[in-house]
Order: sequence, then structure tokens, then C-alpha cells
Amino acid sequence: MELVPRVLGGDRRALARLISFIEDDGPAARAALAALYPHTGRAHIVGVTGAPGTGKSTLVNELAKALRAQSRSVGIVAVDPTSPFTGGALLGDRVRMRDLAGDPGIFIRSMATRGSLGGLAQTTGDVVKVLDAAGFEVVLVETVGVGQAEVDVARTAHTTVVVEAPGLGDEVQALKAGLLEIADVLVVNKADRPGAGQTARALEVTLDLGRNNRGEGDWRPPILKTVALDGTGVEEVLGAVADHRAYLRESGLWDRREQERVRVDLVRMLERELVGRLVERVGEDALEGWVEQIVARKVDVYTAVQTILKADPAGERAMSS
Amino acid sequence: MSERLRILIAKPGLDGHDRGAKVVARALRDAGMEVIYTGLRQTPEMIVEAALQEDVDAIGLSILSGAHMTLIPRVIEGLREAGLDQVRVFVGGIIPDEDVAALEELGVAAIFGPGTSTQVITDVVRRHLTGG
Ligand SMILES: Nc1nc2c(ncn2[C@@H]2O[C@H](COP(=O)(O)OP(=O)(O)O)[C@@H](O)[C@H]2O)c(=O)[nH]1
Ligand SMILES: [Mg+2]
Repeated sequence: MELVPRVLGGDRRALARLISFIEDDGPAARAALAALYPHTGRAHIVGVTGAPGTGKSTLVNELAKALRAQSRSVGIVAVDPTSPFTGGALLGDRVRMRDLAGDPGIFIRSMATRGSLGGLAQTTGDVVKVLDAAGFEVVLVETVGVGQAEVDVARTAHTTVVVEAPGLGDEVQALKAGLLEIADVLVVNKADRPGAGQTARALEVTLDLGRNNRGEGDWRPPILKTVALDGTGVEEVLGAVADHRAYLRESGLWDRREQERVRVDLVRMLERELVGRLVERVGEDALEGWVEQIVARKVDVYTAVQTILKADPAGERAMSS
Repeated sequence: MSERLRILIAKPGLDGHDRGAKVVARALRDAGMEVIYTGLRQTPEMIVEAALQEDVDAIGLSILSGAHMTLIPRVIEGLREAGLDQVRVFVGGIIPDEDVAALEELGVAAIFGPGTSTQVITDVVRRHLTGG
């Protein structure tokens, strides 16, 4: 596939095309990812998540600008939800990233969650891998922190920045969404607004209560106030992100997280492949027959699964080992 | 071509009014497309770059400022230079009759005047992009 050498050579059009192939999940994308894999593993992957409207895109814009001032190249993946009713999506994060236009050291891609069953983390992870292989030193992944799928995406990052803002309701949003557990850096944005100090203190108290990150290591997420609109506090966030990276490296967690990520990836791919092959061999008609029998209560789904696997030696060998 | 149609909606020029562009963006989303909305005051260079990064099938330009005869040719030229000749360009706004032919000659796929229903816009865009 000729896209791969072009991506490695810095061809941005090829990069954009390859990302589309990955989103469409074709076999060509898998071959390309295999070829690119040896070139991955260099980027620092930073997730930026939080409730809608907290200022994530504005913050990503500022973080990218600050990284560029350090001459570091930045890939950005901005994920927004697909409408479950129409399959369409309105991806508006670029509106806040105007400042980044025209910089060859930046590549921004907007992504819709689409329908992929639990596949969002995988697709996003693959898109990130391509940016990593293309040589971007930092990859910022913006997701709306509302559902499990988005939390899973955040988990694939090395460092997760959770963004909070005052004035979004009585509760601390990040707490409600279960985001505090995955936070490595906590940002209270819109510090120009009343209530920011209170939000920061609420987060502080919660951390004191022991809801700390991922249940590993002794990193305590710093709580930083920012005004993303004018860049106030952004240097500190970048500093905390760099500290966290150093911490991961020195503590050995970098490797452990990498292993964890690869294990999840491997098992997920195996599941997909195995189930796909098995369903193919059993055949749609036979499967339909089982469905009818189960609906008619002639057999139960548990017995059906065991019987199907027994009838397929290769399937059973794989499944029972 | 990608399974899901992707379209960039941009507002080039200096006028600060994007209600129409947002209405069209939402209508296209409701028609099942992935709409990348870039907001106000986009230069032709910014639009071409975003189209490249986002790998879109089409661009929708909303122009009210009267600068269409300078802005649109620059977008189309930029697309060509970037190797994005296959990206369709749609235009919404007040375009005098005498300019319509010139823009179509340049390669604009369709022009929507004020008051065009969003239904017509989504239908025309889809027809152009799916060849159906
Ligand atoms: N007052 C204030 N508004 C902000 C700040 N950061 C972002 N905003 C505004 O908050 C709104 C949502 O920002 P956006 O970055 O799109 O949030 P996202 O949905 O989390 O990506 C926009 O109108 C921003 O201009 C800030 O630090 N202070
Ligand atoms: Mg956003």
C-alpha cells in the first residue's frame, strides 16, 4: 500500500486519507497499520476530556500553541458524538483552533464516534498510532467525557487531563461522570468566572478522600486553574503534563500502561477475528436456525453456544484454551 | 470514497454573521452527514488546509460579503494545488446572476440563493456526492 511510505515521508494528504480508511475500518487500513506499527511508540499521547462546554477545545488550542513555542509538533484528534438517530455528526472543535491554521507542525482531525460497538477506543487508538508514526511528538485527543466509550478513549492516553469549569451546575461534573479516577491532571478552566476557587476546593477534597487516579502509583493529580480564552495558566498545565510523563517513565508505569494497552488491544482483536471466523463458518442460515429455536424456547442460548462450539473443532480449540 | 459523507462548512470573508451556515450545517448533520464546522473569518488557505486534513468530500462556503468573485476562485485554485480536485464546492449566499455562470464555469457544483430550503440543499449535495 503506497500510502504508508507517503505518511512516513510527511505527506499530509496521505495521512488524511489513511485516517479515513481507518475510520471506515477496511482491510487496507489494517495492512497499513501493520506496516506503520514499528514506527509508533514515540509520541506522548495526552487525553483531554470533560463535560461539554468546559473549554476543552479552547484549551487544546492553547496547549498546542505552547507546545509549538517549544518546537514540538502536535497532532490533534477531536472526537464528537454521532447522532444515534441519523448517523450524522456536527464536529465544531476546529472553531476554537483557528490560531493553529497554517502551521505545518500541526495536524488536526475531527472524528465522529460513529456506531462502532465499543470500537471507539480502538479506532481512536489507531488514528493516534498513525499520527505517532507520522512523527508528531505530542498527540492531543479531545473527547467529551460523558459515556463509558469516551472514558475508554481517555484510558488509552499516557496522560489524561480532565477539564472542569465553574457554573455548570451544583455538582462537579467530572465527579458525576466518573472522570476523576482517570485524571492525571485536573484543570479548572474559566478561572475568570466566579466559583472557580470553589470548584477547585471541591476537587481537592475529593482527592483527599482517596478517589485518586487509576489505583496505581503515588501520583496525585495537581489541580490547576486556567483561563483558556487568554492562555492564563496554560504553561502550568503543560508543565504538569511533562511532569507526569517523567513520573511515568521513572516509576516504570509507562511500560506497564503500554503493556496493559497492548493486552487490551490484542484480546479485542482476537475476539473480533475469532467471532468473525466462527460466524462465517457456522453460516448465517444455521445461525438464524439457532435464533428461531432459542426464541421458541426449544433450546437456551447457553446450550446453543456450547453446541455450536463443539460442532466447530477449530472454534472450540480456540475458545476453550 | 468513504462510507460516510464528510463536508466542511466554512465562512470565508470578513462579515461576522454565520446563522445561515449553522442552519445548513445542522441540516446536513440531520441528513446523516459528518459536518466539520470551522466558523467565521476563514481565509481560502485555511479552508483548503482544513479540507485536506479532514479528508472531506465537499466544501460548503457561505458568503454574504459580496467578495465571492475573489474568495471562491482562490479556494478552488487552492484545492487544485493541494491535489484536492475531487472535492466538490457548494456556495450559499447572494450571488448576482451574472456571476453564477462564471462560478459554475470555475467548477462550483451548485449555488444556493437566499431562502433555499435546507431540504433542497441536502438533496442537491447528496445527489452530487453519491452520483445518485
Ligand atoms: N469565560 C471563559 N470562557 C471560556 C474559557 N475557555 C473557553 N471558554 C468559552 O467556553 C465555550 C466553550 O468552549 P469550548 O472550548 O468549545 O468547550 P468544549 O466543548 O469543552 O470543547 C466557548 O464559548 C469558549 O469561548 C475561559 O477560560 N473563560
Ligand atoms: Mg470541543
